[in-house]
Amino acid sequence: MNSDNVKWGWGFVTPALIWTIAFFIVPFAVMVAMSFANLEGRSLTWGFHLDNYEELATRAYLKRAVLVSLEITLTVTLVSIVLAYPLAAIIAFRVPLRWQRLVLLLAILPFWTSYVVRSYAWLLVLAREGLINQALLEFGIISDPLTLANTRFATVTGFVHFFVMLLTLTIYANLKQLSPNYRLAAMDLGANPFQTFRYVIMPLTLPGIVTGAFLTFVLCIGDYVTPQILGGNNELTIPQVIMVQLGRRADFPLASALALVMMGMVTLAYLAAARWLRIDRV
Amino acid sequence: MTTLRKALLGGTAMWLFAGAATAQELNALVWCDHADDALIKPFEELHGVKVNLREYEGTGAALALLDQSRPGDWDVLVIDGIDVFRTVETGLLAPLPKEELPISDMFPEVVMEENNSKDGVWYAVTEKFGYNTISYNADKVDVSDMQNLASVWSDKYAGRISIYDYYLPVMGLAAISEGIETAKIDEASLDAISSVLTQMRSSAASVAGVVAAQTALATGEVDIVVGGGEWLTAVLAEEQPEMTWTIPDQGAVRWTQSIGMLADSEQQELALEFIKYIVSPEGQSRLSTSSCFWGMPANANAGDILSKEQKEVLRWDEQGEFLSRTQLYPAPNTELDIAMQDLWLDKLSQ
Repeated sequence: MNSDNVKWGWGFVTPALIWTIAFFIVPFAVMVAMSFANLEGRSLTWGFHLDNYEELATRAYLKRAVLVSLEITLTVTLVSIVLAYPLAAIIAFRVPLRWQRLVLLLAILPFWTSYVVRSYAWLLVLAREGLINQALLEFGIISDPLTLANTRFATVTGFVHFFVMLLTLTIYANLKQLSPNYRLAAMDLGANPFQTFRYVIMPLTLPGIVTGAFLTFVLCIGDYVTPQILGGNNELTIPQVIMVQLGRRADFPLASALALVMMGMVTLAYLAAARWLRIDRV
Repeated sequence: MTTLRKALLGGTAMWLFAGAATAQELNALVWCDHADDALIKPFEELHGVKVNLREYEGTGAALALLDQSRPGDWDVLVIDGIDVFRTVETGLLAPLPKEELPISDMFPEVVMEENNSKDGVWYAVTEKFGYNTISYNADKVDVSDMQNLASVWSDKYAGRISIYDYYLPVMGLAAISEGIETAKIDEASLDAISSVLTQMRSSAASVAGVVAAQTALATGEVDIVVGGGEWLTAVLAEEQPEMTWTIPDQGAVRWTQSIGMLADSEQQELALEFIKYIVSPEGQSRLSTSSCFWGMPANANAGDILSKEQKEVLRWDEQGEFLSRTQLYPAPNTELDIAMQDLWLDKLSQ
């Protein structure tokens, strides 16, 4: 490689490098350092203190927030996959090619509305006097309104509505890449439709599922709005606890430690996804 | 010089001058009730300045913002009345000329000299007050139950209550229900408060911020908001007059907000003018009926400007009784504050 090429190469890479250093590496380093600092009253003491991490291990509400976040995120991811896969398959295999773009557009239409507005809309649907309870009461299925809003069910519903769209797109893209010959060959060899799906189609679409599931995991575990609006603060997730530390206590050290724990969980999810997918071979 | 060139230069100079004349900007760190054009525009037009508002929630957030800002970035601070001392102790606020403030026109109970001043020097002035008490839908509850705090969070209303998501007033109400004065809350009181919070929490459908609590009450999701008050129901009153509030027999918590000038402000004259406007009868009438939330003006002369209907919603004529039956927010020191927050978060995550 001649020196001109090297210079050109550095010229192209430098802006991205500066951006990454300034807006990821430096803030990340500050956050790590902050998580080992101590807040006494309003004065911050830098150093290598493990107090924030000790607090994470001992405070009941902090441990519970980690657990609640994990439970909600895993539930949302699983439910979204179960709902998104058939939807993507129907669009890919049953909808005529010329209509597929329109159907996909309709599937992602809710993305176009504000996230906050969508959450409040769900709150109105799930309320005691909301659409669902009114309908169930009208048809005589229930005699008293169900408690749907301000529950984990409401939080999961709000999340799933959003993430089904995301997963549908990643799985659909994967399904469309599959040659129809795989299906035909499997059926030719005597496989029934279920066996074809179970042993041929699904393994081949795993990259789409895992990629969508990972994105769902990352976005869901770090989300503050949905549990705040739909969960009614009845269970605190990690982002909600971080907001409390920042907004009420200005406790940046503990908030940083919590954020690092969350990053650790995302990293573990990434490693699991990469190992499962054998990403180096994809 | 040609006429055209002169005209261009003259035009440029005028543009620059005009730019300089409107360049003065006042930066205020405020609660959401100040972010209302009806309140801010008259001041901007009168002084030919631009007021930049940054809304925040919770004193911790304001102090963090100030910590991260450069000296001089902010000129005015609106803060919880009970937290003024925290900013005075750290030298954040500048002294205010008492003689230029309408302190003698204020409701005496909210002057709060012990909070707003130190060693005879005033650093902030009360601008608005109200109550954290019980808001409810009069069509859905037994109104007489609302006069007794224990009945409000009893099993009778299980699942029909929302708790306002701010630990100080709600823990204050819990203390009052146990006969503990808010000013005397200490570490030893926390056990009694904890028991009340457990009962309250088990009856609650949600723990909600301002907007969520209003939505829950307006949509029928809940019938009662513990910690609510005129600030919660006043904006609903026109369309839903059944949304109302009361102060129970045991009493309730009184909130106040103060306004001060930052010591590092480079435009203290303008900042002082803004503060004087906010506490003037005109400013007070607009602030008390702000689109974000209503509340009583600290300056009683605002009553001459507010309409009869507005005063009815604010329960102007009952203020004497309300003020005598309510206690200020708890004002814990740093250690007690952290203990109270931990207890609150433990209860939230139950």
